[in-house]
Amino acid sequence: MKDANEEKVNPQHETPMLDQLEGGKWPSFVTGIKRLRDTKDAQYAPMMNDLLGQLNHSYEERLGFWKGGTLSVFGYGGGIIPRFSEVAGDYPASKEFHTLRVMPPAGFHYTTDILRKLCDVWEEHGSGLIAFHGQSGDIMFQGCTSENAQPAFDAFNELGFDLGGAGPALRTAMSCVGHARCEQSCFDGVKAHRGIINRLLDEMHRPAMPYKFKFKFSGCGNDCVNAIHRADFAVIGTWRDDIVIKQDMVKEHIKEKGRKYTIDTVVTMCPTRAISLNDDDTMEIDNRSCVRCMHCINVMTKALSPGNDRGASIMIGGKRSLKVGDLMGTMIIPFMKLETDEDFEKLEDFAEEVMEFFADNALEHERIGECIDRIGVPAFLDAMDIVADPNMVNHPTTSSYVRTDDFDVEAAKYFEKKALDAGMTVAADD
Amino acid sequence: MNEMRVKPRTPNEVGVPDPFQYMHPTSIENYGNWDWHERLKPGVLHHVSKSGDDLFTVRAGTQRQMDVYTVRKLCDIGDEFADGHVRFTTRSNIEYMVSDHAKVQPLVDALTEAGFPVGGTGGSVSMISHTQGWLHCDIPGTDASGVVKGLMDDLHKDFITELMPNRVRITTSCCQINCGGQGDIAINVQYTKPPKINHDLVGNVCERPAVVARCPVAAIRPAMVNGKPSLEIDEKKCVCCGACYPPCPPMQINSAESTKIAIWVGGKHSNARSKPTFHKLAVANLPNNPPHWPEVREVVRKILDAYKTDAKHWERVGEWIERIGWARFFEMTDLAFTKHHIDTWTGSRKTMNASAHVHF
Repeated sequence: MKDANEEKVNPQHETPMLDQLEGGKWPSFVTGIKRLRDTKDAQYAPMMNDLLGQLNHSYEERLGFWKGGTLSVFGYGGGIIPRFSEVAGDYPASKEFHTLRVMPPAGFHYTTDILRKLCDVWEEHGSGLIAFHGQSGDIMFQGCTSENAQPAFDAFNELGFDLGGAGPALRTAMSCVGHARCEQSCFDGVKAHRGIINRLLDEMHRPAMPYKFKFKFSGCGNDCVNAIHRADFAVIGTWRDDIVIKQDMVKEHIKEKGRKYTIDTVVTMCPTRAISLNDDDTMEIDNRSCVRCMHCINVMTKALSPGNDRGASIMIGGKRSLKVGDLMGTMIIPFMKLETDEDFEKLEDFAEEVMEFFADNALEHERIGECIDRIGVPAFLDAMDIVADPNMVNHPTTSSYVRTDDFDVEAAKYFEKKALDAGMTVAADD
Repeated sequence: MNEMRVKPRTPNEVGVPDPFQYMHPTSIENYGNWDWHERLKPGVLHHVSKSGDDLFTVRAGTQRQMDVYTVRKLCDIGDEFADGHVRFTTRSNIEYMVSDHAKVQPLVDALTEAGFPVGGTGGSVSMISHTQGWLHCDIPGTDASGVVKGLMDDLHKDFITELMPNRVRITTSCCQINCGGQGDIAINVQYTKPPKINHDLVGNVCERPAVVARCPVAAIRPAMVNGKPSLEIDEKKCVCCGACYPPCPPMQINSAESTKIAIWVGGKHSNARSKPTFHKLAVANLPNNPPHWPEVREVVRKILDAYKTDAKHWERVGEWIERIGWARFFEMTDLAFTKHHIDTWTGSRKTMNASAHVHF
């Protein structure tokens, strides 16, 4: 690309502070940026020289020098994080240093071939600096002029990639490795992730929500993508039937690791005291007491695995500090079967309903967790037409300040739901 | 202005890319049909499918903020020593999948040789999950990649071995919004002074009602200052969280001296054993001291050493502290417990000890 600005090209900046981050055994991002700076004739070389200059300046002053702004590509309202330098006078070539947030393939799978193609695009239109991945899961293509944002996006888009979310919108989602490699994965994360996000995509590209809304998909309670803490809508794999035990492998494990070690690390550490070891070194699990925490399965990977009646729990309202303080997701759907296309469609429908509730009821700059905090979980359940379930709470309320005049009506709903669930389970078992 | 208007390209709204086009063939063949796994050594996983197929994974650390040369280097290694299929973990480690066990060691050697540490599995300290910092964020109190680089140099040995009682997840955040998330150890900016307001700019730059609404403690109110519409802060109420700064940059929360670092412990995402937890304050007021952040590194090392020595196998940092008690934690780490460690925020009563259970 032509160099549109006629400003001076700075000689190489001294970077004494950053230079100190080049030693040591961990790969150095400073060394990487210097390689970009030192690539002769690369369009990004002056930009990366000034970027290093500004970053070193930050290290010396202990202050940041970027400010935001507005920038988008044709047809979209979000997905680009604009950055303009506040010290552009000294570092003109990096005066615009925008990030393109690009959605990764579900499960973060790549071939070397596609990675090279992404690199080629970013070498032509951007800074050559890429982060795999940002905290929401985006590939962050960091450092692009305003002028180059459109051609860079066009080229990524031609490769089959799309912009992620920014601002008050549906955000880029994340899913764990799941079915692609992990025996602990209890539902098809790729299907759920792509199904939900691609159905609601309009809410990502044209921000019109009260605030951000994030989905995350973890195949089991180990929650490798940190969904409970970080997602407004967390889908966590689980199962309803019994943990599968291979007794011969239990014996193997004990032979290898020792009986005391097995008792100390498996039996004693079960959070609900649901495991006991028999005298013949076989294992007994009280599955009605098991909470699907994954610990014993993590320890005895060859002997134990999740049951076969698999699906997911859905937890709503996780978020970081702003504004009421950190919140974790609350258990709203203890179990949703995820097997058939219809099951996944139900999940997508529910996701859409929750997003609609959020759009209609949250205040500006309020996350759904804060909104639910404000109105109370019961009001949210009413709005979603969900019957209360003991799995939603640590324990029932300890406060008598609750109006209970329709208690009998609510109790009837509970028993009706119980009967329905029992009936469906029986039918499914046939 | 008579240039011919070129109609811009309409985006192809493809959404989330289909990963099956990039996935390892063994993953595709055995999708949802895995049986068990084992860790062969630090950084190497072995998964076996119900049909008996093997898939080996080699995990290596990266600097996350990668130049195209580094990415291509990783690709070269993937083409020469692996099967050309890779993925990234949520903590920016790269994973190479191979179906042939014979490829594992040469791949490990090639990565190590090229300076990408192989590890991050089991009881290791994995790569620090971090934010953007001075490199790219518009509100940062510190750098992210730099602190992480320094810390990971220190923790290199803990990444390539599995000698910790359980996995250790460290995070850093360059402001109190805490984008880095919860961690066994979290290293987060902690502001210590109310914002300094540039009253000449507030009226033009900030949507004042939105800024007033943003404050979690209602310490901001509209005011006329020097005849201009601005905002003022009740500094006695202000908790110095910095929430007003993003929507109103003239309310500068950062300064070279007052922006400090706090270290938190005991956050946990996983549901394994105990329920997920938030991290809790261990120490505040550490200096923001680039490029090495030595004071931060010293505290992290102390906490890790105490955990490594004292925790039982499979206990995470928070679970270990739960067992030994906070008194012993502060004793073992030589850190002070102060009134600032006592929660005053909504729900704080539930964090108090309402029992006669005391640790001596």
